[in-house]
Amino acid sequence: LSKEKTLRTTIDADSLRSELRDNSIRVIDVRREEDYKQSHIPNAANLPLANLLADDSPDKVLKMAQSFGIDDETPVVVYDDTFGALASRVAWTLQYIGHDDVSLLDVTYGQWKSLGLENDTKVPSFGKKEHSLKLQPEILATADYLEKAKEKENVILVDNRERLNYLEQHIPGAISIPYRTLASADKILRPKEELKRLLQNRNVRSDAEVITYCGSVGTLSGLAYYALKSVDHPNVKLYVRSFKEWKNLNKPILKQENANYWDLSAE
Amino acid sequence: LTTADLKQSTEYAKPKINWAILEESENFAKTVKLYRQGKIDSDNFRRFRLQHGAYGTRMTDDYAMVRIKIPAGEIYPHQLERIAQLSEAFSIGSAHVSTRQNIQLHWVVLEDVSEIMRGLAEVGLTSREACGNTVRNVMCSPLSGVCSEETFDATPYAFATARFLLRNPMNQNLPRKFKFNFTCCEKHGMARIADVGLIPQTRDLDGKIQRGFKVFLGGGLGNKSFVGHQLEEFTQEEDLLYTSIAVLRIFDRLGNRKNMARNRMRYLVDEMGWENFQNLVLKERMIVRATQSVVIKLEVDNTPKEVKRPIRITDTDGRSPPDGYSRWHKTTTFKQKQAGFSSVFITLESGDMTANQLRALAKICSEFSAEGFARNGFSQDIVLRWVSDDDLPRLYSRLLEAGLANPGSLTMASPVGCSGTTSCNLALTNSHRLAKEIQRKFIELKLDQDETLRDATIKISGCPNSCGQHEIATIGFYGGGGRVGKDMYPLYQLSLGGRADGETMLGVNCIRVPAKRIIPVILKIIEVFKKNKKENDTLATWIHRIVKGNENSEIKSVNDFKKILEPLTIPPTKDQDKDFYADYGSDSSYHTRTGRGECAA
Repeated sequence: LSKEKTLRTTIDADSLRSELRDNSIRVIDVRREEDYKQSHIPNAANLPLANLLADDSPDKVLKMAQSFGIDDETPVVVYDDTFGALASRVAWTLQYIGHDDVSLLDVTYGQWKSLGLENDTKVPSFGKKEHSLKLQPEILATADYLEKAKEKENVILVDNRERLNYLEQHIPGAISIPYRTLASADKILRPKEELKRLLQNRNVRSDAEVITYCGSVGTLSGLAYYALKSVDHPNVKLYVRSFKEWKNLNKPILKQENANYWDLSAE
Repeated sequence: LTTADLKQSTEYAKPKINWAILEESENFAKTVKLYRQGKIDSDNFRRFRLQHGAYGTRMTDDYAMVRIKIPAGEIYPHQLERIAQLSEAFSIGSAHVSTRQNIQLHWVVLEDVSEIMRGLAEVGLTSREACGNTVRNVMCSPLSGVCSEETFDATPYAFATARFLLRNPMNQNLPRKFKFNFTCCEKHGMARIADVGLIPQTRDLDGKIQRGFKVFLGGGLGNKSFVGHQLEEFTQEEDLLYTSIAVLRIFDRLGNRKNMARNRMRYLVDEMGWENFQNLVLKERMIVRATQSVVIKLEVDNTPKEVKRPIRITDTDGRSPPDGYSRWHKTTTFKQKQAGFSSVFITLESGDMTANQLRALAKICSEFSAEGFARNGFSQDIVLRWVSDDDLPRLYSRLLEAGLANPGSLTMASPVGCSGTTSCNLALTNSHRLAKEIQRKFIELKLDQDETLRDATIKISGCPNSCGQHEIATIGFYGGGGRVGKDMYPLYQLSLGGRADGETMLGVNCIRVPAKRIIPVILKIIEVFKKNKKENDTLATWIHRIVKGNENSEIKSVNDFKKILEPLTIPPTKDQDKDFYADYGSDSSYHTRTGRGECAA
């Protein structure tokens, strides 16, 4: 497999359509089953995020991948209808068990449909394939790892929740880049130059190790993981259990004090 | 016509004026970097930051508030959509409409400010000179052009003034901020509480109608407030620019650059005495007129507004309007001088709206306003003008869907509250939330429908400075702290009888009211009014008589009011009522905490 291909973090609709015609690719739809049944990209497998989260142990994920006919060499494309966040979490999990060639469709399913692109109601079946298990711990951050790493000079911790949630409480040392910063009007991720400029403004150096986290299951921060990957950030980790676990472990938390910022919200 | 026929006409209207310069955003990003590297000292950086419209935030150096300057309050649908997007990406997912027609984004990471500036520039907006010692946003009544009492539309003059002054070297380092305020008529503006306030007027000169203004100088609200003085009987149109330049030059030369608390122009006027100041302005104007090397003129664009379509999107399905329509119609719409059209005032709780509401408003504005844009008002509200009367029921249901159909925008039920402790360094209390609480209570009690309360106002500031404009409110409040033994509680000074119309006067201080007793106190004032009012009295006229000493009922003076309200203001012990000792929006005991203000940089 060419190096270029394994580094692809997103794929545009036209490329996906041509690869679909070649039947060289496996597409995964991570929406809920009822939505998937209504319509989906032709020949896409359905892996609702909730099913994955019910048990995302490597063995289980490996079995699921195999049941979708994915072997070590199958290019996989993941999509959702939730600005790429749910797809990111599934894609990351596949990468974690050692599947290199995963990318995100760069538009949501809603946008795909509004572009008038083909869709289907047929539920395809797949022959089982063998896939090896090669865990990639270098893309995962655990609470223990994070606690030690974040004290290091060259580690940048990024909180991808909304600003008000960050102000209310966050992991000490984290910087706030809300997930809404990452998308453009019509793509789940901004163009590279824009992302680069944003990260540069925020001093997210390209030689730093970056750890992303969000509220509970690593979806919003999963999208941030791919945003960083899309601009060729070499060392990104996802704190997949995120703030929920951090809080449950009674680890230190920081709050922006002495200001009633919630009352500025019109929600 | 059916809705489908209108499709082609619902393309967004585009503004004629581009206020932005894209390079300013790159320059800002670079300067932030230099500042963080210690290559620019903090005083110089602060001046630069404020000049570019980024204000400090409560108790932190990491965040800024970006104030988007909206001259005359005129804002277009695609600009609203862009602000929605920027608020989600870089702020708190809500934006705030200010009392000076700006839109503010709060809790922005300083390093992201340049991205906001870039996003604004792409839609022709700027935050340049929205803060700092500059000429701030040039205001213009949201009713200018549609008000039946105006002599002509002041909007083109407001735009011309804003264009002339934006980035003008004479306006980059004044002793202090400087505010222009154009209005439509005596009734709807705030001409007497600005550095320069202007009301259009005409005169008959040998059978020819000449345009001009009443120009008021030296007014303003703040720690010490003053009502502006009229410069001369008639300031002709041609002299508008010369007068503005003359006043700015005098202020630049003589304004107090040492004492931050005394450096607004109103103090200069006060110290010199009005007649001396007036003479100086008139002389300076002659010099300006005589010595301008190049003849400069305001570029007043008086081409008539294009009112594209009396669009009718009505009665598509014959349904009757949703519940609450007549209440909404009665309390939020204003009949324009143009028959068949109304202006609709959208009240926002303390000026806040979500990104989704901004997006909804963009669409609604484009579909319903025949001029195709909206105008920010003077009361943290947004005004949709040129709405065909026939479309009002449909507009109401659309606003309802967007959560923007609260009644009472043109009544006492739409209080103003500055940002207070939600973001401001100087704030002592959460005035922002208090205004929301009062609004909810008024709507719950249906007080917006009470004709006798309609022309009264409630305005709240979180400290003695007057961002909430409490001094021109019928019932005004400014925040502070009270104490019982060692325990502190939030409170407000109540003032009565302020107004900003032709009889502008500042409210008279009455009594200090604990924050958690404000609503009962307001309701008590209303109760006493109902008991003592004479036929045809409104709360505003009745209180006006009291503060002027002209009332003969049981309440003859502000002091009589004080006696009646006093029992409501007695603090309970902390054991009796813990909540009394916490401010709105907070569970913990109240204490005052302030940082450094930046109004004077």
